[in-house]
Order: sequence, then C-alpha cells, then structure tokens
Amino acid sequence: MARRPSTPEVVLTHAAIVGITMVTLYPVLWVLEMAFSPSQSFSMDLSPIPSEVTLDNFRDVIGTFDDEGRWLFGRQLLNSVIVSVATAVLGLSLSTTAAYALSRWSFPGREQGMAAFLVTQMFPGVVMAIPLYLLLDLFGLLDSRTGLVLVYATTSVPFSVFTLKGYFDTIPVALEEAAMLDGASRWMTFRYIVLPLARPALAVTGLFSFMTAWNEFILALTLMGSEDAYTLPVVLQGYVGDFGTEWGRFAAGAVIVSLPVMALFFALQRHFVEGLTAGGVKG
Amino acid sequence: MASLSFRAIQKSYGSTKVLHHVDVQVGDGEYLVLVGPSGCGKSTLLRCIAGLEDISAGELWIGDRRVDQMAPRDRNVAMVFQSYALYPHMTVRENMGFALRVQRRPPAEIEAAVLQAAKMLELEHLLDRYPGQMSGGQRQRVAMGRAIVRRPDVFLFDEPLSNLDAALRHHMRVELKRLHRRLETTIVHVTHDQVEALTLADRILVLNGGYVQQFGSPRELFDTPANTFVAQFIGSPSMNLLPAVGSGGEVRIEGVEGALALDRSGPFTLGVRPTDLVVGSGPLKGRVDVIESMGAEALLHIELGPHTIVAQVPEPLRVRVDELVPLDVGVTHAFDRESGVRL
Ligand SMILES: Nc1ncnc2c1ncn2[C@@H]1O[C@H](COP(=O)(O)OP(=O)(O)OP(=O)(O)O)[C@@H](O)[C@H]1O
Ligand SMILES: [Mg+2]
Repeated sequence: MARRPSTPEVVLTHAAIVGITMVTLYPVLWVLEMAFSPSQSFSMDLSPIPSEVTLDNFRDVIGTFDDEGRWLFGRQLLNSVIVSVATAVLGLSLSTTAAYALSRWSFPGREQGMAAFLVTQMFPGVVMAIPLYLLLDLFGLLDSRTGLVLVYATTSVPFSVFTLKGYFDTIPVALEEAAMLDGASRWMTFRYIVLPLARPALAVTGLFSFMTAWNEFILALTLMGSEDAYTLPVVLQGYVGDFGTEWGRFAAGAVIVSLPVMALFFALQRHFVEGLTAGGVKG
Repeated sequence: MASLSFRAIQKSYGSTKVLHHVDVQVGDGEYLVLVGPSGCGKSTLLRCIAGLEDISAGELWIGDRRVDQMAPRDRNVAMVFQSYALYPHMTVRENMGFALRVQRRPPAEIEAAVLQAAKMLELEHLLDRYPGQMSGGQRQRVAMGRAIVRRPDVFLFDEPLSNLDAALRHHMRVELKRLHRRLETTIVHVTHDQVEALTLADRILVLNGGYVQQFGSPRELFDTPANTFVAQFIGSPSMNLLPAVGSGGEVRIEGVEGALALDRSGPFTLGVRPTDLVVGSGPLKGRVDVIESMGAEALLHIELGPHTIVAQVPEPLRVRVDELVPLDVGVTHAFDRESGVRL
C-alpha cells in the first residue's frame, strides 16, 4: 500500500517542481522575449515578459528574397525539410536492413563490421569535412541536397544500426520461426512481424536521424556554397555577425527552427511506447 | 494428413552429434510422443521435421514427399512452440488467421476458419485480445488454434503443457486427446513427462543422448521395456533394479537373504515395478524405512539388505516404520548386467 504523503511533503514537492520548471523554462522564455521584442540588442532585462510585442523579427527572418526576387527563406526551409526527411528515410532503410542482418545471421566480418561502426563514432564529423568536400567535389555534388543527404545518412547509420540491432536482438527468433512455418517468406516475416514490433526503435532512430540533419551546421556550411543551398542552421548563423549580432532576428529564427522538431516529437510520441513484445513468448 | 518417415536421420552441430541414426515410421493419423531426459535431442528432432534445422544425414518423408531439403514454409507442418511464440502485436483473431492471410485466402474464409477453431478451443470470447492480455493456458490454446487453422499434414508440439499448473495440464491433456480424435492428423508431441507420454501416445519414441532407446505403444514400453533406461524412465515411481544371480530355479539378490522362485541362470539385473512387489508374505525380509501416504495408496521405501526398494501398496496400511516385512515379487523383468538390454 502506498502511504498518503503528508501536507508538508506535498507542498515541498510541488515547490521543487515549480522551481525546476522555472529554471528550465526561463532561458526559453528569454529567447521568446527577444524574438518578440523590436530591439536587436541582447536583452539584459531580468523579466522574460517583453515590454513591447512585435512580429517584425519573424517577418524579417521569413521574408528574405534573393537578387532575382525569389523567396529565399522558403527555398532554405525546403532544403532543410527535404534533406532531413531524406536523411531519415535513407538512413533508416539502410540501417534497418543492416541491423537485422547483424542481429540474425553470423557471417564472416560480422564482428569486424560492428567494431568498424564503433570506430567511426570516435571521430567528430568536422574531421571528415575536408575529405567529404573533396569527395563531393569529385562527384559534382557540392552545393546539392543529394550530396548533403548522402553525407548525413551515412554518418547517422552507425548509431542507428547499433540502436536497431540491440532492439532486434530482443525480438524472440521463435516469432520469426512461427511466421515461416505459417508460410511467410523471409521478406513477409520481416515486413509483418519484425518491423511492426520494432516500431518504437524505428521511431526513435528515425527522429534521431532527422534531428541530426535538421540541426547540423558545420558540414552544411562547408559543403553548401551558395545561399540558395543553405539549410536553416546556416541561415540562422548569418544573423550572428562580425560587428554585431541581430539578436532579435536570431531568436525569431531559433523559434522557427525548433517548431518542426517539437511537432515531430508530438506526432511520434505514441510510438515511443515500450513493451510491444510483451506476451508473445512465455518466460 | 500424412504418414511421417525418418530414414536414418542424423544431426550434428559442428563436431557434436546430437541425433544418432533415428529410423522410425509413423503412420497416418498417429499420435507420436517423443520423450527423454533434458538435452536428449527431442526439440532438435522436432525442429528438423519443421525445417528450422537441417539434418546432417538421412531422409525425412511426409506422406510421399521427401521434405528434408524443403524450406519450412513448403512442408505443410504446423508447430506449437514451447514458448507459444504468439505474434504480440496481433489480436488472437489475427494470430490465428495469419497463415491463411499469407496464403491470400478470401477474408470470409479466414474468418470462418478462425471461428471454427476458436469454437473448438473455447476461445470465441478472446478473439479481440492481444497475447499480453491473456493467461498462460489461454495463450497455449491460441497457439494450438493457430496450428489447427492451417489444416497441416503434421502437427508438431514442443512441450506445450510444460508451463501450466497441474489442473490445467490435465485439462489440456484431455483436450489434446479430443482434438486428435476430431482432426485425425498426425501429431508429434515432445515432452519429458512420462505421464503425458503414456496417456496421449499411440506410440512413444524414447530418446536418450541422441540414441533411440525404444519405439512402441505405451503398453509395450510399460510391459516389455527394451532396456534399463526405458524401464526406469517409463512408469512412476520407477522400476526397482537389483543385481541378482540365478541357478537351479532359484534367484538370489546380491547381499540379501532368501531366494526367489524364478527360472533364470547366471548374473543379471532384476527389475520389479513398485506395483509388482508383494508386501506381507514371501521369502525375502525387508525393513520399512519411510512411508509416503498418497490417500488411496502408499509408497513404502524398504531396506532390502544393502538396497533400497520402493513398493506401491493400497491403503489402509498394516505396516509401520521400522517393521520387518516379508516380501515377494509378482511380474519381473530381466536385463543384461553390462549392457542393460532386456534378456
Ligand atoms: N545450436 C546448437 N549448437 C550446439 N548444440 C546444440 C544446439 N542446439 C542444441 N544443442 C545440443 O543438442 C542437444 C539436444 O538439444 P535439444 O534442445 O534437442 O534437447 P531437448 O531434448 O529438447 O531438451 P529439453 O528437454 O531440455 O528441452 C543438447 O545437448 C544441446 O546442448
Ligand atoms: Mg526441448
């Protein structure tokens, strides 16, 4: 039986929760304040409530046009969306199949392959910026979304493979044997038994790949030369200048960039449930 | 429906041989039970039939088809796994219909087949549940239902009752018998429970260490066990085995006073089932050591010279602990001392 907490306990607990929430939210509120304030200076105001509310910053960030009068921000947003979605889809399809093979079959080079995946994780992406630049240049993929997708998808594969392999390992092989005896082919077993059961892991790794691509800055800056090809993090960085930062626009941009990620989180939330395999096999 | 034929089947994992020369024919519609101690190769043999393991030598035939090179999905066998292996993300209805959906049968036909099987197994009220929402016995029946819906040539059951409590196990044993009578499909059922084997089987295959010990009807195995292993494995409590020597129409048990009137000469192993021991009269004398009362009957653990034997006698008892009782034997079995083979 759970003991009923006493009144002082309830009060203290709630006070602590309110305190932690404030500490967490305060910086976010500050960003919001700057985004909605007309001033471009760094706000030193302690209060996160703006004294004057305006949407100018958002209008400025969204309403950028190139020399020929085309909507630049729209193009850049599209770059980010396409690159991130394609990275998630490509990365996920590569790593799902790879992880399944690594989980279910033993073949020469399996252990070495896994070790190699780990080794690649030791180097930060920047280390590869120059070789990647040369490679993309060789294939004429600089300044193109395809190039960026290839780079992101391949760098997200090792982590995704590890996560997914760990998850596949927990799915009992007997389920697949049962499906094969039920007349299912390898592919059908994978499609109708393994993939549905791996949904939580697929959602997590998919979201991870998407976010990696969505937030990545240094490689995007290095590999994308023209403004037309920029992704949003690069655009955002443009507001941090050598002679002064346009904090208001920067904050507005930050808010805009976070919204899709938050939306995605909420959309995928219900897939993050655990215990999908419960009850399939006893013991 | 089909017969099942193992022709000189062997199975090795690397250099370890786990099945040595299994050569057995099972008739169409027969209920075969595979028994043996843990690790003797029962599951391995079952998985070989299913095609989940390749056999290393020999041939496997189902009806007039040689199947040992076929993929599992082409063999038309259905298996109830020791672990049930229900698809956790599917309802009972979907679990049971999966095989038919794979075959792209019309939905109406699938629904009808599922309902029929569900009715047979009393699962109708559970059709929309997920495996995680059911008890062990219910899951077990769903696993059975998934196999029935297929109408396979052969059913394979791997210790399907092992995780159930005693009452439910007994209930399911009866259900299995009924099911077999109704479907008349060949069944191979693995267990290490000899009661299950004796009650369910048309014929029993006893395995030990990957070797076939005996293949025959429950009656044959009980009445004429082929060797001391089968003698001790089948029947509960186990058969008493005693070193004995015979000469001139008399048999003496080593280290024991008195002789039995049996016609056998030379040293051998004497086997007597606990139910075949006569307590209260006879040429031998033993001291009652422990009494296990079981209601209608009691087990007497009796010290007979240097040996301890078990006798099963009806209650109420007329003996007390530490009492010296006269003993005689009814039906006896004789085995070779060295090889354990029946003489
Ligand atoms: N993949 C494998 N590799 C090597 N040896 C194996 C493998 N699978 C099983 N064995 C061995 O084969 C033998 C038979 O195993 P099996 O699972 O058939 O036993 P069993 O009779 O079903 O036992 P239990 O009653 O415990 O289920 C065992 O000694 C086991 O160690
Ligand atoms: Mg087994």
